[in-house]
Amino acid sequence: MKLSDLFKKGKFVITSEIGPPKGTNIQPLLEEVELLRGKVDAINVTDLQSSVMRLGSMAVCRLLKERNFEPVFQMTCRDRNRLALQSDLISAYVLGIRNVLCLTGDYITLGDHPQAKPVFDLDSVNLLKAAKTLMEGKDMVGNKLDGAPDFCLGAVANPGADPLEPQIMKMELKVEAGAEFFQTQAVYDPKKFENFIKATEHLKVPIMVGIVLLKSAGMARFMNANVSGVFVPENLIKIMASASKQDRPKKSVEIAASLIKQLKGMCQGVHIMPLGWDRYVPDVLEKAGLI
Amino acid sequence: MLVSERKPWGEILNCLAQDESVFIIACGGCSEACQTGGEKGIDELSEKLIENGKKIVGSFVVDFACNKVLVALKLNRYIAELQKADSVLVSSCGIGVQAVSSMINLPVHPADNTIYMGGFSGVWTGEERCLQCGDCKLDITGGICPYANCPKNLLNGACGGSDKGKCEVDPEKDCAWARIYERLKEIGKLENLKKIQSPRDWNLMQPPAVRKRSIFWALEFEEEEKKEKEKMVRE
Repeated sequence: MKLSDLFKKGKFVITSEIGPPKGTNIQPLLEEVELLRGKVDAINVTDLQSSVMRLGSMAVCRLLKERNFEPVFQMTCRDRNRLALQSDLISAYVLGIRNVLCLTGDYITLGDHPQAKPVFDLDSVNLLKAAKTLMEGKDMVGNKLDGAPDFCLGAVANPGADPLEPQIMKMELKVEAGAEFFQTQAVYDPKKFENFIKATEHLKVPIMVGIVLLKSAGMARFMNANVSGVFVPENLIKIMASASKQDRPKKSVEIAASLIKQLKGMCQGVHIMPLGWDRYVPDVLEKAGLI
Repeated sequence: MLVSERKPWGEILNCLAQDESVFIIACGGCSEACQTGGEKGIDELSEKLIENGKKIVGSFVVDFACNKVLVALKLNRYIAELQKADSVLVSSCGIGVQAVSSMINLPVHPADNTIYMGGFSGVWTGEERCLQCGDCKLDITGGICPYANCPKNLLNGACGGSDKGKCEVDPEKDCAWARIYERLKEIGKLENLKKIQSPRDWNLMQPPAVRKRSIFWALEFEEEEKKEKEKMVRE
């Protein structure tokens, strides 16, 4: 199933996200996703997130598919050149993957193999374009394919980018290249998100607001200092700081649910990034009135 | 020794499409030796541009376009002419184009592709770098090289890691694409960011063998070759 079919039906689309493990033990991951069964429309599978070597996104997407989940295959430009990227796209298709999220990817030195050669042969815009070209039955240089894939292509955007104008311009390029929906960086400030939505109305592409579950006040402060375009307001930090350790998940769920309620009317879906707190996702969706 | 070659005419005319009055700067150093720059380069460029309906409002040769001090001294003498120009066309290596661009509030277009520097990256050791990619994009990026300055070599705008104008890789470093955006805004060329830039052709980074036979190679090797040929004939 392609996410674009759900958007066309006017559904408010819900996705969550899982990170493959470092190693071959897939049991905990499979247990985690079971908690999401029937509650989300699709599950993003990250591609060596934070540039850390681990189990691949394509393999996990296939495992999810076999268990009747709808995966969103995340692809970055960091580790593969244009041959490998195109090959992996058609490989993903024959394995039943229908949704692909195209990203530039974190830089190599942020991860656990800082000595590795950064590839970045394509950028996110050209990756989208390459995928779109494959869908038209050709490779990037125009050679004909014997059988073309058919994907719903997604891209990412950052509503908190400052200045916002170049971010919007890049989104325009992504739409031109083939993006059919956007998932955003974490949003905590409804006012700022409203400005972003107004500035992107002309794109006419569904936008799924990104929600990251706050785990602690420390995490909020860390994101404010280090994560591009993410701003957690002081009142939310205070709520997390005053909660006891056992109470934190409850507070976090309340904050996330309240944000979704405020943001829901402005966009076409929500993308929840639980960062390991997958078990609280159903609670968030329930409290937000989505399930 | 640095080797550059003239960009295809179609590309040069395309980047000057919106400009009527053009000021030409040519490097009198390596570029002159490559027969792209120097007085001859200016004559060739002027002739072609006039043929294509452009007005040349002024021109000069600067000994080394990579030397910002020399460039600034020269620019100072042509302020009146530069004020009449819509843009500046520079025949030099990528460093020269970047040096000129950093000194002037006008769009600066490269006339050449830099294909080889032979370990020599300009006489002025500034922050400008040229990766000799053979496909100079400085025209689109406001004279700031995305290949040399963005760790991800991005061509279509900043990545998600760009934060408050700083780079994800080194928070001390300015994000190349934030700089490019500011520069394009300053020179009124933000529309440059509205077109998808195709992925780079990495093959252009390999200097063609025929170029290697020019200039210093010629001095060093052609003489030797001649001697060897003569020797073979004698034998």
